[in-house]
Amino acid sequence: MTFFTSWPVERADQQINMKQLLAFTKKEFYQVIRDKRTLLIMFGLPIVQIILFGFALTSEVKNVHLIISDNSKDVNTLQIINKIKASPYFSVDESVMGYADIEEAFKKGTVKSALIFPSDFGKDLVHSGKAQVQIIADGSDPNTAKTIVNYLTAIINDYQAQLSPAAGLTYKIIPETRMLYNEEGNGSLNFIPGVMALILMIVCTALTSVSVVKEKELGTMEILLVSPFKPFMVLISKAIPYLVLSIANFTVIILLSVYALDVEIKGSILLLFMESALFIITCLSLGLLISNVTASQQTALLISMMGLQIPTLIFTGFMFPLENMPWIFQAISKIIPAHWYYLIVKSVMLKGLGFEGVWKETLILIGMTTVLLSVALKNFKIRLS
Amino acid sequence: MNAVTLQNISKTYDKGKVLAVDDISFEVKEGELFGLIGPDGAGKTSIFRILTTLLLADKGEASVAGFDVIKDYQSIRNNVGYMPGKFSLYQDLTVVENLSFFATVFGTTIEANYELIKDIYDQIKPFSNRRAGKLSGGMKQKLALCCALIHKPLVLLLDEPTTGVDVVSRKEFWEMLKTLKKKGITILVSTPYMDEANLCERIALLQKGKIMSVDTPENIIKAFPYMLYGAKSDHIYKLLNDLRTAKQVESCYAFGEFLHVTLKEKQDDGKEILRVIAEQNGHSNIWIEEIKPGIEDSFILLSAEQD
Amino acid sequence: MDEEKVITCKALSKKFGDFYAVNEITFDVNKGEIFGFLGANGAGKTTAMRMLCGLSFPSSGEATVAGFDVYKQQESIKKNIGYMSQKFSLYENLNILENIEFFGGVYGVERKEIKERSALLIQSLGLEKEAKKMVGELPLGWKQKLAFSVAIFHRPKIVFLDEPTGGVDPVTRRQFWDMIYEAAATGITIFVTTHYMDEAEYCNRISIMVDGKVEALDSPANLKSQFSVHSMDDVFYQLARGASRSAD
Repeated sequence: MTFFTSWPVERADQQINMKQLLAFTKKEFYQVIRDKRTLLIMFGLPIVQIILFGFALTSEVKNVHLIISDNSKDVNTLQIINKIKASPYFSVDESVMGYADIEEAFKKGTVKSALIFPSDFGKDLVHSGKAQVQIIADGSDPNTAKTIVNYLTAIINDYQAQLSPAAGLTYKIIPETRMLYNEEGNGSLNFIPGVMALILMIVCTALTSVSVVKEKELGTMEILLVSPFKPFMVLISKAIPYLVLSIANFTVIILLSVYALDVEIKGSILLLFMESALFIITCLSLGLLISNVTASQQTALLISMMGLQIPTLIFTGFMFPLENMPWIFQAISKIIPAHWYYLIVKSVMLKGLGFEGVWKETLILIGMTTVLLSVALKNFKIRLS
Repeated sequence: MNAVTLQNISKTYDKGKVLAVDDISFEVKEGELFGLIGPDGAGKTSIFRILTTLLLADKGEASVAGFDVIKDYQSIRNNVGYMPGKFSLYQDLTVVENLSFFATVFGTTIEANYELIKDIYDQIKPFSNRRAGKLSGGMKQKLALCCALIHKPLVLLLDEPTTGVDVVSRKEFWEMLKTLKKKGITILVSTPYMDEANLCERIALLQKGKIMSVDTPENIIKAFPYMLYGAKSDHIYKLLNDLRTAKQVESCYAFGEFLHVTLKEKQDDGKEILRVIAEQNGHSNIWIEEIKPGIEDSFILLSAEQD
Repeated sequence: MDEEKVITCKALSKKFGDFYAVNEITFDVNKGEIFGFLGANGAGKTTAMRMLCGLSFPSSGEATVAGFDVYKQQESIKKNIGYMSQKFSLYENLNILENIEFFGGVYGVERKEIKERSALLIQSLGLEKEAKKMVGELPLGWKQKLAFSVAIFHRPKIVFLDEPTGGVDPVTRRQFWDMIYEAAATGITIFVTTHYMDEAEYCNRISIMVDGKVEALDSPANLKSQFSVHSMDDVFYQLARGASRSAD
């Protein structure tokens, strides 16, 4: 080797690695910005999705866990409670909780609805022919909440009608409904966390996997592998631009929610961003994992769309109430990262909970990310298979 | 010292079902322009991928620039320039962006090695702000070569750089390779075009994963054992069939404007024998001459022997 | 040679915006002729071929293929031509017989005839043992030979071959040209593009396109003497060297 003796053989050092990373990131940004279709998917999708899901979704509920706080304990309340117990929609839990306890139970998410009879319910009904009853439902899941309220109201009205002809008088029971966390019954509140999970999933997972596989298809991966660039750096530098873009995208969704749909963010925005960044990294890892095992853009897209999109739609719980599903589906929902992210966003954004309210979910997401990322990095092939 | 060595390299795919490279050994000397000549499926790309450490051989040893393809794969990746079979640049980046990207990936800059690529790069410079996807076949090829050279590789590995490219661009490309060779770079290049064999110093003829011959193009042609005749008439297809059925004829192939014919036994008056056959079959405008065989004639003969 | 014309082109042009991909090309192709259609990358070959195959409308000029007008009778043209290219030829996941049946059916060959002729074809190609094999499992050379046979299976008047021998080994390439000669001898006109200059020499006549125009049109021997060179390579080089455009 006379010609190149002056040339050092090993030249990949720390400094060069940083430079390479920058160059790669820059290149990736150019490519995304020049690819009009990707941009459209990225930033058009949130708008379309939000409009689409803006339409209320009706859903049936069954065996809803209902807390009844009977402060009157008279013949009328007993009859109403028996009627509710007889219906297939509710599993009744009679308790002596006060209002504060009930709210606490709601916050914990163990309870979705409650029925409260005031202490003078029977007396009022008999004497003045008019009584009040309070129905409380978890408004952050407005579809379920509305259905619950409708069912309860129907049962009470039914009882009221039964009562009236027998006594020859008109009785009137006035249900007073309250939606906790979503007082106006604003439907968009609920699907926004869902759409956020969905969109981050699409953008991060699908676009990342496609962009890696594109390099394989194009043959550029061959050149990159035959370069001093460390293989896993390819993955890292692929992930960075999409992380940045996804956070931009996330900001767009938040702005859309706040200004177009009048959603109030109750919790800390910083926490929301941090949690979302975590979820984005989860999705990126998943995307990289997919790109490792697929050879064509179509396959990568199909896997991320069919294999992730649909489970995300079904198992996060924002379209279909999870509590109505068979246990196996409920179990599946537990391994879907989007499910946990959805819970976190709901808690932070709609319930205004702080980190202490979501630390468990966060920990689960961190665990999932660690597993996914290490599997992705481990499986990244330094050669063509 | 040899820039590239392969020793008894074999490679199979599909769990051993498809034998792509079958016990191949050859060396490329330092500073040599060496050609792998063979059709699709001969194993050219597999050899390149083994040498670039992208694939592991099932058997055998190989080294590039003195580095073992398995143990020192990282060193090989630092020191070879590789152009894969497909045009492998970013279509949506401009010429300059592609070049500087690859320069950085290889830990260098365009300026540092500009001298090496200058001659080639000057030809595409007017289009330096054009997206690579919008370049013509010939220009893409030049850009790809620049990118493969940008880190001053010790060995240049080019997998079918001229496939699908028109004659003008192919000629220019081979001129560039000659210039690079003068600068001391070892070049291993593959091609399915037999006529390009003559532009290499030494060649390996490859068929079905096996090497049929390794030598200079001149020696390979010299080794052609038969006297070769060119023949044509007004009805070339009829002539082809007539000659093939003649008992004196060993082989007859259509070959460009005339037929290439060899006889079973060496005859001094071979021309006359063929003329008689043609005349007996009623051909007009008969032309028969002794001709010099080409690499392709040798290739056909060798692959017939292989079978 | 039979002087019946199967392709006629008069000042045929195709314009994309302000760009003349094909600029007033004029030529005729005779029946049973092997016509080489050469040109540098981006010279307009593909665009011209698409118009002649009835796949796109010309911007101006006249042309007939197999006696049919390229503007009004595209469907009739398609029925009377065969087409084969290096990129797409046959379905890899159908077996040989199924491919023949499919393409025969597409071109409206009678079922009974398909059966008879496909048996003959498989026999002549020596593929009896492989008839039930997926085409994807065949070596490239066989695939190309089979693809050519399928392209002329419905006995078209003209067959268009777009770089039919790319990457094929020399022996198969020879055999492939044997088949082309044979088809031409039965009266099928061959219209072929190639990057192999030695293949250009197989043709009766060739045209060379540069920058959308036909710059040369004659037999290989005449072209070589016209340009005073010894190989088609040099003829091509002299013509195409000055090409101003070469976009694909």
